[in-house]
Amino acid sequence: MPIPLDYETLRLIWWLLLGVLLIGFALTDGFDMGVAALLPVVARTDEERRLVINSIGATWEGNQVWFILGGGAIFAAWPHVYAISFSGFYLAMFVVLVALILRPVGFKYRSKKADPAWRRMWDWALFVGGFVPALVFGVAVGNVLLGVPFRLDSDLRATYAGGLLDLFSPFALLAGLLSVAMLVLHGAGWLALKIEEGPVLARARRWGVGAALASIVLFGLGGLFVAYGGLGYRLEGVVDPSGPSNPFLTKAVAAPGAWLDNYASAPKTLLAPLIGFLGPVMALVGIWRRADLPVFLGSSLGAFGIIATAGLSMFPFLLPSSLDPASSLTVWNASSSHLTMWIMLLATLFLLPLVLLYTAWVFRVLFGRITTEAVRTNPDFY
Amino acid sequence: MVDLAVVEMSRLQFALTAMYHFLFVPLTLGLSFLLVIMESIYVMTGRTVWRDITRFWGKLFGINFVLGVSTGITMEFQFGTNWSYYSHFVGDVFGAPLAIEGLMAFFLEATFVGLMFFGWDRLSRLGHLFVTFMVALGTNLSALWILIANGWMQNPVGAAFNPDTMRMEVTSFYDVLMNPVAQAKFVHTVSAGYVTASVFVLGVSAWYLLKGRHLQLARRSFAVAAAFGLASSLSVVVLGDESGYVLTDNQRMKLAAIEAMWHTEEAPAGFTAVGIPDIAEQKTHYAVHVPYVLGIIATRSLTGEVKGISELVETAETRIRLGILAHDALERVKADRTDMAARADFARYQAHLGWGYLLKRYVADPRMADDLTIAKAARSVVPNVPVLFWAFRLMAGAGFFFIAVFAFAFWLATRHDFGRTWFLRLAVAIIPLPWIASQAGWLVAELGRQPWVVEGQLPTFLAVSSVTLAQVWTTIIGFTLLYGILAVVMVRLMLAAIRKGPEPDPRWTEADQPRAGAPGAAWQPLPAE
Ligand code: HDD
Ligand code: HEM
Ligand code: HEM
Repeated sequence: MPIPLDYETLRLIWWLLLGVLLIGFALTDGFDMGVAALLPVVARTDEERRLVINSIGATWEGNQVWFILGGGAIFAAWPHVYAISFSGFYLAMFVVLVALILRPVGFKYRSKKADPAWRRMWDWALFVGGFVPALVFGVAVGNVLLGVPFRLDSDLRATYAGGLLDLFSPFALLAGLLSVAMLVLHGAGWLALKIEEGPVLARARRWGVGAALASIVLFGLGGLFVAYGGLGYRLEGVVDPSGPSNPFLTKAVAAPGAWLDNYASAPKTLLAPLIGFLGPVMALVGIWRRADLPVFLGSSLGAFGIIATAGLSMFPFLLPSSLDPASSLTVWNASSSHLTMWIMLLATLFLLPLVLLYTAWVFRVLFGRITTEAVRTNPDFY
Repeated sequence: MVDLAVVEMSRLQFALTAMYHFLFVPLTLGLSFLLVIMESIYVMTGRTVWRDITRFWGKLFGINFVLGVSTGITMEFQFGTNWSYYSHFVGDVFGAPLAIEGLMAFFLEATFVGLMFFGWDRLSRLGHLFVTFMVALGTNLSALWILIANGWMQNPVGAAFNPDTMRMEVTSFYDVLMNPVAQAKFVHTVSAGYVTASVFVLGVSAWYLLKGRHLQLARRSFAVAAAFGLASSLSVVVLGDESGYVLTDNQRMKLAAIEAMWHTEEAPAGFTAVGIPDIAEQKTHYAVHVPYVLGIIATRSLTGEVKGISELVETAETRIRLGILAHDALERVKADRTDMAARADFARYQAHLGWGYLLKRYVADPRMADDLTIAKAARSVVPNVPVLFWAFRLMAGAGFFFIAVFAFAFWLATRHDFGRTWFLRLAVAIIPLPWIASQAGWLVAELGRQPWVVEGQLPTFLAVSSVTLAQVWTTIIGFTLLYGILAVVMVRLMLAAIRKGPEPDPRWTEADQPRAGAPGAAWQPLPAE
């Protein structure tokens, strides 16, 4: 059976789907991480903490699958990227995994004993499970924008230079902090929707203001860095967007400033950074006017705009190499085969709407604000 | 060349984390269906004792489930972190089932599991049963997809090496899905999960019966576990994994190793029930033979031949020599992509490419290998015979034993006889056994695959990432510490929850019905509290 879509189109679609996945992850699991990162600062007593924890208690698990699926989908659609990024960021990945392992256990086990020391321990585990991944993901994206030090040999085996600490350059740290600010704002936005009025919500709003301002400033600084910091890579010569997935068949070079190319050639893409700024502004207005929905919508738009900006700036690059630009992975040279992309597209078109449908149903059943009263009396609560 | 110490440590790490993950998986697979059965009885009869039973086992399910999730996250990313070349080499084939697992199974189980715990007073009875069923379905679908991926590593059908991209690519998804090895694995592995949960429920119930506590719950749970366990232990044994053993050379080698069959026997081959395999002498001491049995199991006939280890090593040597030709052709293609003669040569020998890779353990360029090296590489295809031999017997022995246990338990349950102290003690004592059997099963399956990570295509030692030994040590120590602490915490919580038993639920002491509240209705506490 011939495949109805050509290879180039499928690669583009899968680039977009990669964006959908990352944004889906940031919008759903992102608020769980933000809420967990806010836990120590917005909730002081055990009851307040339980209020915060139960605001995500029933849904974080499903949200986390966006992250897992991110791993699986990159593996299936961009196997080179999966292979090289996770081994290249080996120890950083380990740190993230440890944090994410602590999280499910923290949710479930914290409530099993009343002992305050026990609960304090799991509070910290939850905080680490929210804050650390948020930071490291941002740092990782920062490094990808800078270029990752790897090199491919003729068997396409990758070797790397640099270690864990080299990942924390100033620009990467800035990206990490931006990611934390963006997700903390999103967490505050979620709390504004999901818990009753009271001291916890008041604190969450205050932190939301700080996070929104930080988002705006850091995003702006990041933009300046990208424009004037010498970042960027470019493809040279003729590129065959339907060619075999082998990086040596395209020619990439380092080209400072090239991350702005796409905005110049397609000015409509400037909408993405604009949304990245306007989202947090909308959240600020929402907090100011005590309107809860705009806070969450604003933080969602902010995350959408910021992630889309990173993706659009780099297109068609996925993982540029700073050590050997010729090894860089792009949309045109690092995908899975034509057939796999097509089959996976069919599977996604069939399954993803189903997932969205039942997820929406579950959120609807669980609709409503969590109250201190319920926390005190519902034996099912964490 | 790759650092063999990194290979060994990466294997150790994968073995540690996978076997740890599989401590939690079987109970999730089985208990989720037991919950569905128990809750169905509640919905059908309306007897609230069944709701309390479901909620009690549900609590234990939850304690186990989160660790299954936590340790699964590591697994999902480990192919990328530690098996980078593997991920590049087979990602086109192997990534797809993994992604579909996420889309089809993980979303299902993880989205509904929250509602299963938090939705008791927000859903109608039938609605809640539906949610529980979705969780069970999700966990079992996840087993299906991951075992399709894993089965492909044992029998890589529906894919071919592409010299332009230097990796394997899918030629037929249908073949990947319908892989007979994967199908057999799925049935056997989920059945093992059902057995595990049945033994667990039976054992805990027996403990209550011995202590004279929670008798209402214990008797009923005992009966359900006995019936479910009998069916699943029959399924685990009858639908054992033999079916795939004649398909490929490596599967044949695995069979020969499980049987410690050093030389080919006249058909039909006998089965060695017990004995002491000796690698140095290539024979099995004190072997107790049962005639015919192996030939019938492996080939389903009296005339099919079962190959012995020595003969399979000879075959390997032939294939390695052909593999050298494949490598030569591939190098020529890489040097000049338009060299049609080289491409034709490659097409002729490509089935043996992986066998040529076996030489890279000893020489950087397979074309430089001498006869001695080739002989050495051929011998490297023999897996660890004694471990396979004993692990298999441990698992299979446990399988027959479980049938006996559940048959007796079932008979007791039909007679409402819950007072046989010796049997109750036995039921408590064997709780760890299904976990041991499963771990042994995975050792057989995965060690028996060595030296291949993807049989006939990619040797394990080439599959690793170019990370340093220090990095792998860091993560091994880190995971061991973290997993060790979590295991202690988890077991303690489990024991505490079992000791505590089912707790009366304040919401249902007065009106015995959960409010079939409309979705979205906020929960109202009862005045009695
Ligand atoms: C035969 C069954 C089986 C096997 C061989 C594996 N798993 Fe597993 N996995 C499950 C059966 C399962 C499950 C029953 O669906 C789990 C266990 C407990 C749970 O919560 O779901 C699960 C959880 C689980 C999760 C968390 C899912 C969630 O958030 O709900 C991930 C990411 C993985 N697994 C990934 C893997 C990978 C990459 C494996 C292979 C190397 C693997 N599992 C082997
Ligand atoms: C959860 C159940 C599993 C257990 C207990 C298990 C056990 C093991 C063990 C003991 C090893 C080490 C073998 C050795 O290196 O000598 C191993 C290796 C490996 N397994 Fe599994 N395995 C499981 C599931 C899977 C699945 C489902 C896959 C693939 C989808 C898989 C892929 C691998 C890979 C890639 C390696 C490393 C390479 C190798 O050593 O062969 N395993 N596993
Ligand atoms: C007479 C009984 C049994 C027979 C003949 C049998 C047979 C087998 C065989 C041949 C394998 C290796 C599959 C491979 O090479 O890939 C295997 C694997 C396995 N077995 Fe068993 N088994 C039996 C009982 C059990 C029991 C009682 C359990 C656990 C409760 C169990 C759990 C497993 C698991 C988890 C695996 C690894 C997954 C797989 O490869 O399917 N088995 N079994």
